[in-house]
Amino acid sequence: MLQFDHVSKNFGGLQVLQDVSFSVPQGGIFGLIGPNGAGKTTVFNLITGLIRKSGGAITFNGNALDGVAPHKITRLGIARTFQNIRVFKEMTLLQNVVVGMHDQLDYGVAGVLLNLASFRQAEERARERALELLSWVRLEHKAHALADSLSYGEQRKLEFARALATNPKLLLLDEPVAGMNPSEKTELMAEMINIKQRGFSIFLIEHDMRFVMGLCDQIAVLNFGKIIAQGGPDEIKNNPEVIEAYLGKEEAA
Amino acid sequence: MAEWWEGFWLTYNTVVYGVGVNALLALSIYLTLSCGLLSMANAAFMGIGAYAAALISMQTDLSFPVALAASAALPALVAMLIGIPTLRLSGVYLAMATLGFGEVVRVSVINLEFTGGPMGLNGIPPKTEFWHIVLILALTLYCLARLRRSKIGRAFEAIKEDEIAARLMGVNVARYKLLAFVLGAIIAGLAGGLNAHYTFTIGPNNYGFDHAVDILTMAVFGGTSTLIGPTLGAAILTLLPEALRDLNNYRLAVNGLILILVILYLPQGLWDPRRIRAFWQKRREQRTAGKVI
Repeated sequence: MLQFDHVSKNFGGLQVLQDVSFSVPQGGIFGLIGPNGAGKTTVFNLITGLIRKSGGAITFNGNALDGVAPHKITRLGIARTFQNIRVFKEMTLLQNVVVGMHDQLDYGVAGVLLNLASFRQAEERARERALELLSWVRLEHKAHALADSLSYGEQRKLEFARALATNPKLLLLDEPVAGMNPSEKTELMAEMINIKQRGFSIFLIEHDMRFVMGLCDQIAVLNFGKIIAQGGPDEIKNNPEVIEAYLGKEEAA
Repeated sequence: MAEWWEGFWLTYNTVVYGVGVNALLALSIYLTLSCGLLSMANAAFMGIGAYAAALISMQTDLSFPVALAASAALPALVAMLIGIPTLRLSGVYLAMATLGFGEVVRVSVINLEFTGGPMGLNGIPPKTEFWHIVLILALTLYCLARLRRSKIGRAFEAIKEDEIAARLMGVNVARYKLLAFVLGAIIAGLAGGLNAHYTFTIGPNNYGFDHAVDILTMAVFGGTSTLIGPTLGAAILTLLPEALRDLNNYRLAVNGLILILVILYLPQGLWDPRRIRAFWQKRREQRTAGKVI
């Protein structure tokens, strides 16, 4: 559903991505892995329109994502979370999630000012939907707490719920388990499988190999801005180039 | 009683009017602040509104509502024109750009012929009545309160907290920033139109840098997390110099001292809902603890 064709990106003289091609299939979980600084987050920033590519083509369900503003890309059905969590800390969990439904609330200014039925019903529906999404990540009991009061792991889960509120077809997760302890990791893994089973496609970035291997159906490996391998978890695990990228080259004895 | 009231009203009616007008101004800057924009253009928008309304009242036979409508429409138009390029800036850079705009307006008014130059406009017919100010302030508060509860208010808050996250939640950030800026200009312009019609005279220096800072001070002093804050801040800072009148020459010094103390000890402003809630909770806890003993 998401296609990268020979995409490149350079910041001045620095080549961050070179001739990157891969395609994320509909359904399932696709993983993009690679060492720190390989250019993984750049891939997400390109998809969501935060930065412009230098060459190649990115298409989503046949739509070219070229020069499309970020809020319009969200409308096409792509949502994301961030490596350094970006929840709205001074808002309640419920408000955080309802912001994600911004585009689905289609009442006019008259509805707002006169508190018309159209406005009240749309807001009520949004609140109910938000509570449902919070229950998916098991945070509904904290719906009226401020996001700032959540633990790190809970903030990640809130970000999931907020991203799902935009009604995405594809969910981009940027290092979802970064900085988490093993029990939080296992819990989050379960959430992701849950979300996948509800019919969302997931594209995640990660450098924790073990986590990715257990979760993804398809994996691409990025190193120094180039795709060096692509395939199922077992293929990747045994690929000598991948092992080299992660563990370094074995010295000839 | 009636006599006392008449005397009081004659002396202090402009002070009371000032409370309403300043509340409008504080609310106009609250609006941009609630969207994360530090815009200092509101004094200039007030000036544009004041001049537009005053000129209509002095030179045409059009009625007061028409003049007031112009005092809202002209600042809105100017805000749209300057907002599109400047709202790309953030933080202090936007503050600098909008202060620069304020100077441009001030110097233009000094040098233009039809605005009366440095002498300003004199003999503006006194058409503003107490209920005009009350009505417009009430309408403004009502509309802003409604906006806060809607997706528009949530979009403003989301932009203030994290612009990138807001964008990726489907919020058209540039459009909402412009909306906040233009609505702020409308409120400030109306305040100018109302103000011009009870002060008799207006001049270019009424709407300069000093006043831009005063407006910001009122909003920050009161607190910018609710609508009550800016209104309260404007009321107190308008009445304070009158209340301190007995201190004669020390009046402004004490005024400044009170400002410093509030900023030091109440950084969220006077009206901080979270602090107020925490205060009551603590009292409740103390009371129940007292019962146990």
